[in-house]
Amino acid sequence: MNKEVLIRLNGISKSFDGESVLDRINLEIHDKEFITLLGPSGCGKTTTLRIIGGFETPDEGDVFFDGKRINDIPPYQRQVNTVFQRYALFPHLNVFDNIAFGLRIQKRSDQEIKTKVKEMLAMVNLKGFERRRVNTLSGGQQQRVAIARALINQPKVLLLDEPLAALDLKLRKDMQNELKNIQHQTGITFIYVTHDQEEALSMSDTVVVMAHGQIQQIGTPTDIYNEPVNAFVADFIGESNIVDGTMPEDYRARFAGHTFECVDYGFAKNEPVDVVIRPEDVDVVPPEKGMLKGLVTGVTFKGVHYEIIVDVKGFKWMIQSTDFVAEGETIGLSIDPDAIHIMKKSEFSGMFGDYSSFSDELEKLSDVTEEIEEE
Amino acid sequence: MKFLSRFYIGLIFLILYAPILVVVLFSFNESGSLSHFSGFSLYWYQDLFRNSEALTALKNSLLLAVTSSLLATLIGTFAAFSIARSKSKYYQRTMETVSNIPMMNPDIVTGVSMMLLFVGVATMLNLSNSLGFWTMLIAHTTFNLPYVILSVLPKFRQMDKNLTEAALDLGCTPVQTFFRVELPGIMPGVVSGLMMSFTLSLDDFVISHFVSSPDFKTLPLYIYTQTAHEVKFSMYALCTLLIVAILILLIAVNVAGSMGEHHARKKHLKNLAGGK
Repeated sequence: MNKEVLIRLNGISKSFDGESVLDRINLEIHDKEFITLLGPSGCGKTTTLRIIGGFETPDEGDVFFDGKRINDIPPYQRQVNTVFQRYALFPHLNVFDNIAFGLRIQKRSDQEIKTKVKEMLAMVNLKGFERRRVNTLSGGQQQRVAIARALINQPKVLLLDEPLAALDLKLRKDMQNELKNIQHQTGITFIYVTHDQEEALSMSDTVVVMAHGQIQQIGTPTDIYNEPVNAFVADFIGESNIVDGTMPEDYRARFAGHTFECVDYGFAKNEPVDVVIRPEDVDVVPPEKGMLKGLVTGVTFKGVHYEIIVDVKGFKWMIQSTDFVAEGETIGLSIDPDAIHIMKKSEFSGMFGDYSSFSDELEKLSDVTEEIEEE
Repeated sequence: MKFLSRFYIGLIFLILYAPILVVVLFSFNESGSLSHFSGFSLYWYQDLFRNSEALTALKNSLLLAVTSSLLATLIGTFAAFSIARSKSKYYQRTMETVSNIPMMNPDIVTGVSMMLLFVGVATMLNLSNSLGFWTMLIAHTTFNLPYVILSVLPKFRQMDKNLTEAALDLGCTPVQTFFRVELPGIMPGVVSGLMMSFTLSLDDFVISHFVSSPDFKTLPLYIYTQTAHEVKFSMYALCTLLIVAILILLIAVNVAGSMGEHHARKKHLKNLAGGK
């Protein structure tokens, strides 16, 4: 991948009505990269995108594009195009005229416009839709028109603000693949905003996890998943058991009343730490063979595996296993050294990673509130 | 019960429309009588069109209605634009209320105060004969303005804010954005504001009465002077024509308005269906 820095955010801060939304953000975006800003609503991801698009000006800090400071450049002079969350297609124009909009503003010839719109329609699989009115299209089709309308200007960067949030699950999966393909074909840098961690992991080259107006972690999807820097990232990306522990020495972690072998080092002697263990990395074994022993308090069948909640000395663990265990059974847990990930204590310690109040229903409820807030 | 309610509604409409019906009916009366209808005739219409004073008044009325409604629509649309653009909700509310007050103001007060203003300014500038077309134009534009703002402002509010940003994003300057994206969006409101102003200007009597001069008479003023002492049947014909003209315009306003609404509702439904 080309590692040339295209956009640089330097100490960006922004507040609305005295409420801080972004707090000294530093970020480098490379050419031809698919980068995702991921975080819960209100974390500042959309504001970051709008600052790059030119719709907001930062209170502090500078935005550089190709080495030039662009803080005061209006949106219509930036080599950046946006796909808006609600598509924002022009209702008085048909599909052709919507897509041709940018080229018409640039006063290109009719012949060129015709050829390019045709190419774009082919790319987003909407051949033959030229004359349709945009409000007769389905959500997915409108989304494709919005993408074509932005890409026809051959921007250096495409900004996508939760473009798939309004689509149903099946369509969302298809569009994820399609977007990824389009990005490969065109070689345009994509900056993608989402609160869906699965979407972020499956599409991006780089994921930027944000919370409370600050960047928590920047890394590849595997880095973010396997080596989260703090309890917030560990909890937000996938399922995690996050346990209080200490590091008696290098390659040794002590938690849940047992000392484990692990692969982490470089901590002070007996330093308090957060220990992350992913549910799929815990093996269920007979009680006498387990490093830990616990009582099964809940079992949910998930298709691929069972989701088992185990009470180990008052702390509830989530374990994913393909073997069935019954509720009320006592089981042993075994954890491999490389399944243990140690993190320094942070402001998020103790806030996440305990499954005592866990239920699917709750999870869904909180998803819905999140979506409503973003409307 | 059903009969009673039908009867009641019928009665109300009879009371509402009886005077108009009488005017229309007797404008076709052969004999110049108020009490009996002797036969159908277009005599009074011919009489009207031979009357050059009436035709001048008609021409004045149309000229005034066209110019004042266009001017009011232009000024009002930009006023609505800047009100809708303001970031402060408090400012928006205040401006909206302030621009609505003149609509509630009694016409007679508006008329008298405008006359005093025009005469005062003319005296200061040492102009004799201050009242005429220009004062009428200013007065009509002024009382039309609130109606234009009232019909355009909601269209700005209904418009998806992202559309403006999308246009800027695709390379439009703010001016291009206004003409290419925002204006088409608010067009139904602009059209209904325009037609409403035209109608209001055409049938205004009270305010015009105070700010006009004998050499620039509009139709309502002319009719008033013609009927003040004796009734002329050609005025019945003129009133009938006015009623028809206003009726056509009102229908046009409603059609334009409902077409805009229909469009918006369809779009809204579509969004709901497209959303979760």
